[in-house]
Amino acid sequence: MSEFLRAYLTVAVFAGAAGLLVALMLGAGWLIRPSRPTAQKSIAYESGVDPVGPGFGQSQVRYYIFALLFVLFDVEAVFIFPWALRLESYGLFGLVEMGIFIVILALGLVYAWRKGVLRWV
Amino acid sequence: MTPAVIAQIEPIATPEIEWFAVSPLLVLVGGALVLLTAAALARSRPPRGFYALFTVVTAALAVACSALLWQRVTDPGRGPFTAIGGAITIDGFSVFFAVTITAAIALGALLADDYLRREGLDGPELYVLMLLSGTGGVVMAMANDLIVVFLGLETLSIALYVMAGLHLRRLESQESAIKYFVLGSFSSAFLLYGIALVYGATGSTNFGAIAGFLSGNVLASNGLLLAGFALLLVGLGFKVAAVPFHVWTPDVYQGAPTPVTAFMASASKAAGFAALLRVFVSTFDVYRLDWRPLMWGLAVLSLLVGSFLAVVQSDVKRMLAYSSISHAGFILVGAEAASDRGIAGALFYLLAYTFMVVGSFGVATLVGGRGDADHGLSAYRGLSRRRPLLALAFTVLLLAQAGVPLTSGFLAKFYVIGAAVEADSYALALIAMLSAVVAAFVYLRITVAMYMGDETEGAEAVTRPAVRVPPGAALALGVAVAFTIVVGILPSPVVDFARDAVPVLLSAP
Repeated sequence: MSEFLRAYLTVAVFAGAAGLLVALMLGAGWLIRPSRPTAQKSIAYESGVDPVGPGFGQSQVRYYIFALLFVLFDVEAVFIFPWALRLESYGLFGLVEMGIFIVILALGLVYAWRKGVLRWV
Repeated sequence: MTPAVIAQIEPIATPEIEWFAVSPLLVLVGGALVLLTAAALARSRPPRGFYALFTVVTAALAVACSALLWQRVTDPGRGPFTAIGGAITIDGFSVFFAVTITAAIALGALLADDYLRREGLDGPELYVLMLLSGTGGVVMAMANDLIVVFLGLETLSIALYVMAGLHLRRLESQESAIKYFVLGSFSSAFLLYGIALVYGATGSTNFGAIAGFLSGNVLASNGLLLAGFALLLVGLGFKVAAVPFHVWTPDVYQGAPTPVTAFMASASKAAGFAALLRVFVSTFDVYRLDWRPLMWGLAVLSLLVGSFLAVVQSDVKRMLAYSSISHAGFILVGAEAASDRGIAGALFYLLAYTFMVVGSFGVATLVGGRGDADHGLSAYRGLSRRRPLLALAFTVLLLAQAGVPLTSGFLAKFYVIGAAVEADSYALALIAMLSAVVAAFVYLRITVAMYMGDETEGAEAVTRPAVRVPPGAALALGVAVAFTIVVGILPSPVVDFARDAVPVLLSAP
């Protein structure tokens, strides 16, 4: 085995250990816990709220566009936070670059707004 | 954070931005953003054809910027250079592809103009996406770094996924978008893994640094590098539709709106080959003994599968899709030669092919009629009597694709096969010529249907609505046919352009 591949052995060992640990914990729980199912217990868990309708129910397609817009600005935040921490080191260059980035994203928002995406009918 | 820490902030070295070097990109992106914002904010609908005109003007501006860059890189005193911290190279090669892809944008926009109104889809979106997608293609051609190649590829592809599904009321269009998206993201993953492996083997993603490392060091075990080659070839082979990574091509070309198919077949293929030629022929030159057999196999398979499967199709868009696969095989013949002559041949082929394929799909756009569904061979029967000029234009474009002399297609095939013979790839040259003969059958079959077929032939003797030829599409077809014939008779300007556009390797300053 070459030196290069040996370096990857650590990864394999970690993967094995992770699998073993999960199997151990779930297995122990399965062995020890008592099992007394009731109808109330076996319904889907939705953060404590009683589920409404079947799991494959349809939802408004508008949620989808809102979710997309949300993801867009969520990802923007991922870039902005590290940039904001190091703004002094980036100097003017970084400020201009981030300005271009935000302006382009804002143009997308303007487009979405004019297309009526933001209005909930 | 304590004040002591804040005091010792070190400025990060930021790259110098050469605005002039990226001016074609800035024009394309700027045009797209202005068009999108203006169209969104406008209270009233713009005059007919405004979006297409705007796109064509933007493309013309980008070509003008490219011409200025061309003057700079061919000036012996200044020559090619890298820009933005060595991320992009401005040489004849990048300028050549900037011109080719921009031409595809302009022609595609002209075709889309009437198509969108006919299908009731009029809006700025297709033009904006076309400009952005073209920008991605130009980035791929300018790239001097594997990461930049990937960035360009994603910009190109993501816009294309949306464009393929733009025909909202056609199920085939939606289907092709999903197919293209799923397979395309899969191939991007291959490419990215290839980049990672090549980086692991050479310690850099910069082309100049990789080439320098490979020529200066002998690798004790090159398994990592070869696996990287293979994965890069999968990713780029998918983009150029080379067999065996071609399965998406017929379905997506058939399902996508026809002007989008025209753009996809020209710009996307050109960008894929730009990256392929720069990465393999130029950067991995030292390892040519390792990658040439791979490319030989891809070329042979693409030539044979493309031309033989085109014969058995009954849908003209599918025929053209398979023929585009065999054209990819021809361009790979030029790449396989791994010489400057091979690259020049491949470049000439790509430029000639861009005009041929946009023109051919342009005819399919018009004949397809309302609903974009009438693409069977029967729709072309007797076209010469209904629309003699349209039939004549299609005939010229098809004969050029078949490689008939006095057209640009003949010279394109001649140059790549000549380069293969010069590189002693006699078997490949022979296979290329034979597959050209097989492929000619397909083009003649359509031509025969147009001139000799009877409109009322066959079981369905339906009266078809007359084929309309709107001015925008007529202009695009006229330009495509004129280019094909003029370059076929007077090739020297384009040949010189392609010869001066061989990529150069520059390491970052």
